[in-house]
Amino acid sequence: MKILVPVKRVVDYNVKVRVKADGTGVDLANVKMSMNPFDEIAIEEAVRLKEAGIATEVIAVSCGVAACQETLRTAMAIGADRGILVETDVDLQPLAVAKLLQALCAKEQPQIVICGKQAIDDDANQTGQMLAALQNWPQATFASKVVLANGKATVTREIDGGLETLEISLPAVVSTDLRLNEPRYATLPNIMKAKKKPLDTVKPADLGVDVTPRLTTLKVAEPAKRSAGIRVADVAELVNKLKNEAKVI
Amino acid sequence: MAILVIAEHDNTALKAATLNTVAAAQKIGGDIHLLVAGSNCSAAAQEAATLNGVSLVKVADAAHYQNQTAENLTALVIANAAGYSHILAPATTFGKNLAPRIAALLDVAQISEITGVESADTFVRPIYAGNALATVKSADQTKVITVRSTAFDAVNRENAAKIDSISPAADTAQSTLTNRELTKSERPELGAAKIIVSGGRGLGSGENYHTLLEPLADKLGAALGASRAAVDAGFVPNDYQVGQTGKIVAPQLYIAVGISGAIQHLAGMKESKVIVAINKDPDAPIFQVADYGLVADLFETVPALVAAV
Repeated sequence: MKILVPVKRVVDYNVKVRVKADGTGVDLANVKMSMNPFDEIAIEEAVRLKEAGIATEVIAVSCGVAACQETLRTAMAIGADRGILVETDVDLQPLAVAKLLQALCAKEQPQIVICGKQAIDDDANQTGQMLAALQNWPQATFASKVVLANGKATVTREIDGGLETLEISLPAVVSTDLRLNEPRYATLPNIMKAKKKPLDTVKPADLGVDVTPRLTTLKVAEPAKRSAGIRVADVAELVNKLKNEAKVI
Repeated sequence: MAILVIAEHDNTALKAATLNTVAAAQKIGGDIHLLVAGSNCSAAAQEAATLNGVSLVKVADAAHYQNQTAENLTALVIANAAGYSHILAPATTFGKNLAPRIAALLDVAQISEITGVESADTFVRPIYAGNALATVKSADQTKVITVRSTAFDAVNRENAAKIDSISPAADTAQSTLTNRELTKSERPELGAAKIIVSGGRGLGSGENYHTLLEPLADKLGAALGASRAAVDAGFVPNDYQVGQTGKIVAPQLYIAVGISGAIQHLAGMKESKVIVAINKDPDAPIFQVADYGLVADLFETVPALVAAV
């Protein structure tokens, strides 16, 4: 069974982004970029399924600028067998990415696509569900446990207020939540090995996909700043303030 | 212009986020229809009819809507989408699971977690964990949107809208729910609580979390939350998590105990009306957003606070 894992290159989660003064976006110049943390969990899960003898091949896909190659190399250092870069300078939105992945699914015929539940830049949380819809496949989002057996996936999902378990037929899309696994660190020998793994590059036009954005960003602004309040000396002062000043208890 | 709001419910009652989603629909403006899809869900439909702003409740009652899977609900919404300029769902795990699936089949973009309505085609939404607010304009004919509930005040229940039955779509049979374990709690839900007591890694263990914070939450009638660090360390289950990757909350009072205040945590709680931080590290970033900061050892402070309130 082949597993396809989309990975996105995003601003590293430790970076505090700054809004550009002209309000056109956030400043990405000289900012550290990394693989989206949820995608790292997706790659780890796929590699574990291969190590368990359930999957035969793990294919990492990244859509975006040429530098996404680095993200694919990271995926291959964790254990993906090969990478596909869908290269474009267009600002890709989730629907466009889902269509690109749909075209790659037609070519590669994976039994399961494991993706991160959301990217930490646009916080959209859409691509996996959209791909499942376009493929008319079942979906299991926000997974904290995935078991594959007998052509089915049994997936425990993190939902508001608790957990639920779905049984879905394969092929399917699964999106990862935080507690699915803890991704390994890529070792130096594996990073070296990853450099020799195959990486194909295609263009959206080669896949016959129109990636024109549907949403236009009119402006990007800083949220209203919350000013720091005061320090209280002890519990008595705190309770007094909450009761008499803020009047919230 | 007509707007379809997809109700989140458990067949007997609406989830609170549905009321905020209807409020967002009112801001867009137009005729508002509420879709209630469930199994033996007439109680939820009756409740839906009481929501202000709703002109029509459409009920699809069938066994295969019992668990409201994304596959079956999408088929139903697509069959009934004609004539709607907007389709809205709450930005809960329910709505986030469903809305993109609908948008993709309509071949339109989906707009996630809006916090503001500028006009019928222009919306404000947070990006980068709320560190920036993007104003986006949609060129699509149908706008499929999820609504962040904390950004819109819930509508009142003084209405008596008409209730219509609609025919269910065929069962896709793509997905079967085998188990659902909801955390049982006497406390209010995180998303709806007026007061939240939240704990972080500073508590040291799951045992400390429970023995220290539960009495405080009980005394204040508060919900319990946690930082991602506390969840990652296994102190509490993931559904306690407040932050970019957990729940977004905006209670009247948020008490952060032993939480340093990582960016992704602040993203989930900085809209709270009053924030209290208790942390022994005076340089913890949580103090930069706290209205009242107390630099102290939480193991002494929290029991003292329980005694004092």
